[in-house]
Amino acid sequence: MEQKWVVFQLEENAYGIDVQSVRSIERVIPITRIPNAASYVKGVINLRGVVTPVIDLRTRLGFESVEETEETRIIIATLEHGDAGFIVDCANEVVEAADVRIEPLADSKQDETNYLTAIAKGEDQLFSLLEPNRLFEEIIHA
Amino acid sequence: MDLNEYLGLFLDESIEHLQAINSSLLIFEQRLDDEAVIDQIFRSAHTLKGMAGTMGYDAIADLTHEMESALDLVRSKTQPATPELIDVLFVAAEQLETMVEDISQGGTGKLDVATTVVRLKQFINMDSEPSQDTDKPAATVMKNFECDVYSESVVRQSMASGYQAYVITVELSADVILKAARVYMVFDRLQNLGDVILSNPTSDELEQEQFETRFDVLFVTMKSADDIQSEVKAVSEVAQVLIQPFEVPVEPAAAATLLEPVETPVINPATDTSNETQTPVAAKTIRVNLERIDRLMNLFEEFIIDRGRLERIAAEAGSSDLTETVERIKRGTNELQSLVLTLRMMPIEQVFNRFPRMVRSVSKDVGKNIKLHITGAETELDRTVIDEIGDPLVHLIRNAVDHGIESKADRILAGKAVEGNLSLRAYHSGNRVFIEIEDDGAGINQERVTKIALEKGLLTEEEAALLTPEEVSMLLFAPGFSTAETVTDLSGRGVGLDVVKSKIESLGGEVFVETKRGEGTIFRISLPLTLSIISAMLVKLGEETYAIPLTAILETTSLKQDAILQAHREKVFDFRGQLVPLISLNQVYGLPHAEADAYSVVVVRSGEKLAGLIVSELIGQQEIVMKPLGSYLEGIRAISGATILGDGQVALIIDSNALLRK
Repeated sequence: MEQKWVVFQLEENAYGIDVQSVRSIERVIPITRIPNAASYVKGVINLRGVVTPVIDLRTRLGFESVEETEETRIIIATLEHGDAGFIVDCANEVVEAADVRIEPLADSKQDETNYLTAIAKGEDQLFSLLEPNRLFEEIIHA
Repeated sequence: MDLNEYLGLFLDESIEHLQAINSSLLIFEQRLDDEAVIDQIFRSAHTLKGMAGTMGYDAIADLTHEMESALDLVRSKTQPATPELIDVLFVAAEQLETMVEDISQGGTGKLDVATTVVRLKQFINMDSEPSQDTDKPAATVMKNFECDVYSESVVRQSMASGYQAYVITVELSADVILKAARVYMVFDRLQNLGDVILSNPTSDELEQEQFETRFDVLFVTMKSADDIQSEVKAVSEVAQVLIQPFEVPVEPAAAATLLEPVETPVINPATDTSNETQTPVAAKTIRVNLERIDRLMNLFEEFIIDRGRLERIAAEAGSSDLTETVERIKRGTNELQSLVLTLRMMPIEQVFNRFPRMVRSVSKDVGKNIKLHITGAETELDRTVIDEIGDPLVHLIRNAVDHGIESKADRILAGKAVEGNLSLRAYHSGNRVFIEIEDDGAGINQERVTKIALEKGLLTEEEAALLTPEEVSMLLFAPGFSTAETVTDLSGRGVGLDVVKSKIESLGGEVFVETKRGEGTIFRISLPLTLSIISAMLVKLGEETYAIPLTAILETTSLKQDAILQAHREKVFDFRGQLVPLISLNQVYGLPHAEADAYSVVVVRSGEKLAGLIVSELIGQQEIVMKPLGSYLEGIRAISGATILGDGQVALIIDSNALLRK
């Protein structure tokens, strides 16, 4: 099957994650704070009866955190250890592999972040590919 | 064919058969001549072999194959069962279990079973060696028939009572279509004339058509060879029948001794299957995928939450019709709830099942004679508890065998029976399940326990002096405590009873010790009946809502600022004459401290320890559905899970045990 990515936005930056690992995209719902967890852990939500952890992707990737807006979305991903969500500024579209060219990251960038895997370049767009499992590693604050 | 699809089925059935083997082996050990039990083990080994073969687990197939061969000898009375055989069968069963366990963990199920296979082979060959010797003189007469000592003896006895023994060689026509059917007809006719002692190939092989066109039958009868000839010839597709007299070799001494356990001369070994009816009849069950039950549970939990919402709406609306309907729904769902919960309940039997064998081997290792008494194996527990309680029980039982019950010599000196007794009991009481492990050993040596605790710096002399005997016994569960003076392979492996205690507590359970010097010790575990739905007190910390399980709560109280005392940088208060530490939950859960004139306090208990938890507000008591936080948030301090409230929001459940442990 042809690869597709869900593309979303953090400030001016676009990121994509494999559509296969996306379970759903939710509007912001009440989040219960989890005490003593890592700073980027926003808390847990009631996702149709399942208690699901949610992280703030802005904080996780070192952006400034902002108030939520109408556009704010929680992307729920199916990961190695269960479902988990991350908050993004907005979710734009689904991009197909045919429309972009995949280029490797510059070596220096690869060392810096282990959650980016490649860059996708299209005619009028550019986004970084994210490996969502990496975002949730070491989520618990020791 | 995708075998993965069948893996679950394979595992389920393997576990069932292993359990059958284990329990049968224990009976077998007691009653070496119980044919029903031998048959049971044989059948289970056979089924396992077939399944493992299909799934490509060669080690399991090899091992079960040898078990089967060895048991077949016992079953056909070719060879009596020996204690060595039982031992090696126990070892084999254990190895099978290890392999199946490995497969269930995603492993390859490979294990070096060569030693066990060799031991089984030794047993199998033990038979052929002497019997080959005795066969030799007869070999010239019956080139075409291999016969074992047992059958020879049967033939000899039959001949003594006037029967004739023949070797009948039946040749089916080359183009025979229904081989097995013809064999059956031949046997059927022969049975009318006399008794078939043996056949070559065996009747199983014949049934499965594992032969060319010829087979031999060893047959005893009163009839003449001609009668047999005409009777067998009458079966269609039989080409030729050759009948030779069977000459019994000179009676070897070995045959007589081997036969001793057989009480009456058995003419037809096939008739003795009557005691099969003794096998216990299992309750009628169907296998349901656990996922479905969990889905049902999840749906039902959602439903309970909505019911709560509906109740609130009905109360606000004030319509009597609505209130009445909601009331009916509530009654119905209450019943449904208990029913759904029982779906997850399983008898503790499957945990208890492995203990007879374990006690047997462990007591053998330490040179003790211990009898295990199990009662209440049918007691039901939530599946989650069943899955988790095994290890703590193994630990406590090993502990009882190793340390609890004295050595044989000590028991004699104490004037006790040499055989020690270990009782494993399970029973329901209220909404809890109790499991007791009782030994009739020496009891806990309180002075020694205190001494060791002092040496290890677990407490001070002053503290030790104040301890009640119960508290001293509980020191066994303190981290870093291990009483074994000689570290044995069994219990002194660095993991202490403290692990047992925390495991039990993580299941919402408690453990107690009762002991009497010289008379024995009881370890009593109390566990909640179900885990998923619990009663809890909802509290507010600032704007956040938390739940505290009711089982942990002693009482709720209000505390004025001036009733809070300071002791060694710790806030304490007087609770019925006892100084109890106060814990600010706001602080634990990273919320700003809220100063007030009076505080709401929830007094919680974990074992013997008490503490007061300061909360902002008490909301009230409610049934909540416990939900896991998921792998990503596992290990968050002092939070044991979450629940979904009536308004759909998630509330965290406070783990008071963890709060008191620090």
